[in-house]
Amino acid sequence: MEQKYIPSKYMPPKYIPKSSLKAWLAKVKDDGRHIYAPVTENGKTNFKRVKSVDEISMEHIQTAQSAKGAVFPRTEKLFSYAGGQQGDVALQDYNPNDIPDTVVFGLHPCDAAAFKSLSGIFSWGAKDRPFDERMKRVTLVGVSCGRSDVFCFCTSVGGHPGSAEGSDILLTAVGNDGYLVEIITDRGQALVEKGADLFEAAAAGVSKEEHLASVPVRFSVEEVQRKMAGSFEDDIWKKQSARCIGCGACAFVCPACACFDIQENAKGNGAGDRIRCWDSCGFSLFTLHTSGHNPRSVQSQRWRQRLLHKLCYMPDRLSVRGCTGCGRCSRACPVDMNLAEHLKEFERLKV
Amino acid sequence: MNELRSKVKELLGSKEIDLFVGYEQGTRLPRPLIAASAEEADRLIFDENCTGNLAVYLTRRELAGGKKVGIAASYYAMRSISRLLDENQLREGMVKVFGLTPDGGLKLLDAIADVKQHLQEASAPSRQVEDEWVKEIEDMPPAERWKFWTGELSKCFKCYACRAACPMCYCTKCIVEVNRPQWIQPWAATMSNVEWQISRVMHMAGRCADCGACGAACPLGLPVHIIAHKMAEMVRQNFGEPTEKGNVLSTFNPNDEENFIW
Amino acid sequence: MNTEFEPKILAFVCNWCTYAGADLTGTSRIKYASNVKIVRFPCTGRIDFMLLLKAFANGSDGVIVSGCHPNDCHYTSGNFHARRRWIIFRGLLSFLGIDVRRIQFSWVSAAEGAKWADVVNKTVADVRALGPYTEYRKAAEFLAGNEDVLLKEQEVTP
Repeated sequence: MEQKYIPSKYMPPKYIPKSSLKAWLAKVKDDGRHIYAPVTENGKTNFKRVKSVDEISMEHIQTAQSAKGAVFPRTEKLFSYAGGQQGDVALQDYNPNDIPDTVVFGLHPCDAAAFKSLSGIFSWGAKDRPFDERMKRVTLVGVSCGRSDVFCFCTSVGGHPGSAEGSDILLTAVGNDGYLVEIITDRGQALVEKGADLFEAAAAGVSKEEHLASVPVRFSVEEVQRKMAGSFEDDIWKKQSARCIGCGACAFVCPACACFDIQENAKGNGAGDRIRCWDSCGFSLFTLHTSGHNPRSVQSQRWRQRLLHKLCYMPDRLSVRGCTGCGRCSRACPVDMNLAEHLKEFERLKV
Repeated sequence: MNELRSKVKELLGSKEIDLFVGYEQGTRLPRPLIAASAEEADRLIFDENCTGNLAVYLTRRELAGGKKVGIAASYYAMRSISRLLDENQLREGMVKVFGLTPDGGLKLLDAIADVKQHLQEASAPSRQVEDEWVKEIEDMPPAERWKFWTGELSKCFKCYACRAACPMCYCTKCIVEVNRPQWIQPWAATMSNVEWQISRVMHMAGRCADCGACGAACPLGLPVHIIAHKMAEMVRQNFGEPTEKGNVLSTFNPNDEENFIW
Repeated sequence: MNTEFEPKILAFVCNWCTYAGADLTGTSRIKYASNVKIVRFPCTGRIDFMLLLKAFANGSDGVIVSGCHPNDCHYTSGNFHARRRWIIFRGLLSFLGIDVRRIQFSWVSAAEGAKWADVVNKTVADVRALGPYTEYRKAAEFLAGNEDVLLKEQEVTP
């Protein structure tokens, strides 16, 4: 499949030798930015804030967790309060000045695209302040995929292993010695300028296509969406979710899942914090009412909600899909709920 | 394989069971399959690679409530089934257990007594890896152990896969879901993650089948099953093998020995 | 001002034996360390293991858990159940690297006023030697801090 470069005023692409990449990142880091990058520990690769650029791992196919924590941390304090006498409450509001400038390095195109999904949710109606403030301070340096595995299905949901959608800079390993550098946004350009002398002009005629993983298209997402929307009462939800054990692994590793819970860290004597933490529509408690009634009382209803939300409701209302085909949910699932496989089953459904 | 499929189809056909909890080939490894029809039963597989603990499905009310269920059970799943029966979570006659003989043959266990008999005769699959891990941790000085566990558990994002995968975690309302009092803070943070694991294994003490499903389920690969394994070991050392008469912490022996109470 | 470390000790005791024993310590005018705060429970069987953790999280440097001697339980067997729980719990804490020297378990009857004073004095001395229990509090105070603390959570530990 022909992958077009996203039009950018910073065309044509540049080139950076592998040997200079870490030197550039070190400069970015010395500039005071926090760098989140994939780090391998005990055989699992994950995004971490790195102390030294030498820790960064580039050998993985996919990190266990997505990079969304950089803009949507798993636990975040929204504000604090301290109670005084007679209801005079001292409020300490959310302070965006505490948020550091951050670079997320080494995320794949599926993850970069998912930042658009998150933005869609957090900007629907009112802008979510903590998310918005973090997004203003984050630069995404993507890396195209040279390898994929059986769980990857980005090409089936409109993505591509070399897509620059969502990234500020996209690197593509061309050969063993260096990366083709596509600069997409002003923010990306600003980052490149931290070590402008390390970048070279890309050789004429160099193409990234041949260096990309081939990810077969597994299903027509339009067809799946159409059939899914028309099968709310179908038995398929029950059949697919029969083995689902109702944990939140899929939602928590998902780069586009944005559900959260609001909790109170009450410390007694009137003081406390208001906390936001990740939540999952797969949990039975997610929709439990105070009355005891639960509108989604069984797992099949929760599974249905998860899929419809990602593939129907979000495209309908936010013009962005809630799935970018990273395949993490399928890798993380304790009972192998393979999403691509299940979506394909909808394609075959007669509605 | 064919023997299992035809047997399951026969049982489904004669309504001796309403559904069968078994394994099918998954993306990479065998995965659970809930078969309710002959068509689905044709996808069943069962061999020594099928180690996941399927007993977790037996207590899921929306799936198995009031139904007669057949199940393909690994050694540790049988332990869970035995305990679930002891804890009155399953009823005699409602579960048909299929086990594997050492040479890979099929073995049908109809009654609880048969399951318990099988557990006595069959040898437990090795826990050498877990034993070594426990030893490695015990050899650390306490401060290093604390650093190790807080380091590992700080990564936990509280998806509760360890809970969901555990056959003994069948409470309809878990301690982490009550907020009066809120024993364990519901957000992911080092301390509340550690406290969650402490609570989990304390509630499992003497009930845990030591199957390792909690660790296998963790999407972040945290060694939470090692804590459970250590607990199982401690329970055995201090109180012997579990009996049918209530679990370890709801029973006692006036002669229980300790060396730390003044 | 005295800047020497004064341990904070929380004692979970049963109503029928140790609480009465501690009462006797007082009425016998036996002096003992004032570092201890006593929380009264109906029975040691009622003392949830989480309470011990909460004590550490909220600033205790040491904990005492005390009740009736075996066979003396007001409810016949509460202390037997508690003993089992402590055997397991203590082993678990030790495995996780929590310093079990900060937890003193004891049997103190209603007649053992002098023993209660000894238990408290010994625990205070032991914990004083160990110093403040900052490790547990540090882990517990995760959200008390600011952005930096949050980011540290996700940092790679070398």
